[in-house]
Amino acid sequence: MHVTSPVREPLIQGGKTYADVTEDICRHVEGPPTKEWKIAFGLSLIVLAYGSVCLAWTWWEGLGVWGLNKTVGWAWDITNFVWWVGIGHAGTLISAILLLFRQKWRTSINRAAEAMTIFAVLCAASFILMHMGRPWMAYWALPLPNAFGSLWVNFNSPLVWDVFAISTYFSVSLVFWYIGLIPDLATIRDRATSKVSRLMYGTFAMGWDGSAKTWARYEYISLILAGLSTPLVLSVHTIVSMDFATSVIPGWHTTIFPPYFVAGAIFSGFAMVQNLMLITRVVYKLEDYITLEHIETMNKVITLTGSVVGVAYITEFFIAWYSGVEYEYYAFFNRMTGPYWWAYWAMMTCNVISPQLFWSRKLRRSITFTFFISVVVNIGMWFERFVIIVTSLHRDYIPSSWAMFSPTRYDIGDYIFSFGLFFTLFLLFSKYLPVINMAEVKAVIRSTSANLPTKIAGVAKVRQRGTAEPAFDKDKE
Amino acid sequence: MAELSGKYLVGVYDDDDTVLHAVPKLRKAGVKIKEVYSPFPIHGLDEALGHPRTRIGIAAFMFGVTGCCVALTLMIWTMGIDWPMIVGGKDPISIPNYIPITFELTVLFTAFGMVTTFFISNGLGPGAHFHPRFDLRSTDNKFVMAIDLGRNSMSEDEISRALKDSGAEEVNIKQF
Repeated sequence: MHVTSPVREPLIQGGKTYADVTEDICRHVEGPPTKEWKIAFGLSLIVLAYGSVCLAWTWWEGLGVWGLNKTVGWAWDITNFVWWVGIGHAGTLISAILLLFRQKWRTSINRAAEAMTIFAVLCAASFILMHMGRPWMAYWALPLPNAFGSLWVNFNSPLVWDVFAISTYFSVSLVFWYIGLIPDLATIRDRATSKVSRLMYGTFAMGWDGSAKTWARYEYISLILAGLSTPLVLSVHTIVSMDFATSVIPGWHTTIFPPYFVAGAIFSGFAMVQNLMLITRVVYKLEDYITLEHIETMNKVITLTGSVVGVAYITEFFIAWYSGVEYEYYAFFNRMTGPYWWAYWAMMTCNVISPQLFWSRKLRRSITFTFFISVVVNIGMWFERFVIIVTSLHRDYIPSSWAMFSPTRYDIGDYIFSFGLFFTLFLLFSKYLPVINMAEVKAVIRSTSANLPTKIAGVAKVRQRGTAEPAFDKDKE
Repeated sequence: MAELSGKYLVGVYDDDDTVLHAVPKLRKAGVKIKEVYSPFPIHGLDEALGHPRTRIGIAAFMFGVTGCCVALTLMIWTMGIDWPMIVGGKDPISIPNYIPITFELTVLFTAFGMVTTFFISNGLGPGAHFHPRFDLRSTDNKFVMAIDLGRNSMSEDEISRALKDSGAEEVNIKQF
């Protein structure tokens, strides 16, 4: 019936039973917060507080506190926005595209990757609000007639497309993530000992009982949501790239942008997933679930998308020369040898050379090296957006208005804010929700486990509770 | 899950393959199974139980069509009729420019409509956790089969024996 190909390495180690899966993954949710978690959470709150002060000042005083000038009108704000949106692509890719491709290894990492997606998109959205300068006017981006007549938003503008793309992406990802969470919340609800957690997890589990009919519908809607999210995830960064590509700025006005941005987004997203998972698996002792096999597979995705990005850089450069458009050529020549040469070469080194090192099996199975490269990739991808935005703008058509951009402490502080927000949310998630999808892991364990136990159900260690006690008794409470 | 009443036999199985094979065996023997509860989806179980194929896909398609129409109507009316606007020398109603938002709203309506349908059709929602359950271990590691004695003509002992024969490790009685 279930046949495991001997060629493929098992995805779940340690001969886990169903009860072991529940136990291993619920442990950190049910236990008190560890000291490491408290320290990490405290640190991210401090970072968030510092960032919030900088952000408050940015909004109070106005965008003049940033280092923008008349020539460079977009800089760190849009760089950070695109960077975070890019990071936010891996989660939905893992949960949607890999579901359609029937990649079972996604089951161990999809929950955390999707959470990362949602938090990264929130960080990206915060830069949109910052960039507006007057966030209380944010509703102007919605299709509402203005106060003086019925002038509507311009639906031909990629900036308006972006409003729809990002908000759809965020809300659909959130729904997808929550649907996947419901069965696991029900598991925690049924194990809960305290009244508060039974009420909280019970409320959010919405009465899930795991009946065959519900599961059939669940699988069906998961498949449709995956089918919807697959083009959605590709559309979001395509539309982000159109913010640039539909303009007439040399260096932005290229048709290669959509695929190149999507590949870059997946590239940086996987790097961030690696960073988070490498820490999570050690802290929560989940090495049997997130194995070297998972890390290696993700490294292969990083190499693939990194190569696509590398080819895109070279193609873009070639076309700038081959097209014979001198402005286009100058934009690229200036990137390479102009005053921002260091940013360009940082981008090239981090994004084109570093992922190629993963061709070595030894390096892509090394945890330390993977962590290091993932950080390098994310630095490189930040520089990519910086190079695209700032070096294309800083030398425009009139040499008298050429300028340089240097960040102020508020540019930096607002970037720090997004890190504080991201890590605060991620730490809250990793403490109060199961970081691995228990139901999905249980569903694949038989076909993907090493040393399959003879009795696969296992014995729940905590207790065997009464056979028919309701999860929450209204009359008793 | 709707309100339960009456007397039920609850068979607890230890293995997903066992329960999957037990279902057709029991149905052949004439036992009417109410439902099987499991900690994860078991492929083929809903067909084995004789549940009809879900029609949620039809609902999803309808929501998608609605989203598509809403998006196109919104953009054609605002940009082309209510306040005609020429942007970049294009016709006020230029469908190619409307494709991104039409796509996004189609996806948005489909996803939210389908998920709402899913919640309603399964009776899931805030407050639904007050409903009684047959066995709490069905979200952990056990596979639980519920048989409504009121709807079966066979005697309790006969069904209980059939459950044991099909591989159930425990058979409990549950009265609501």
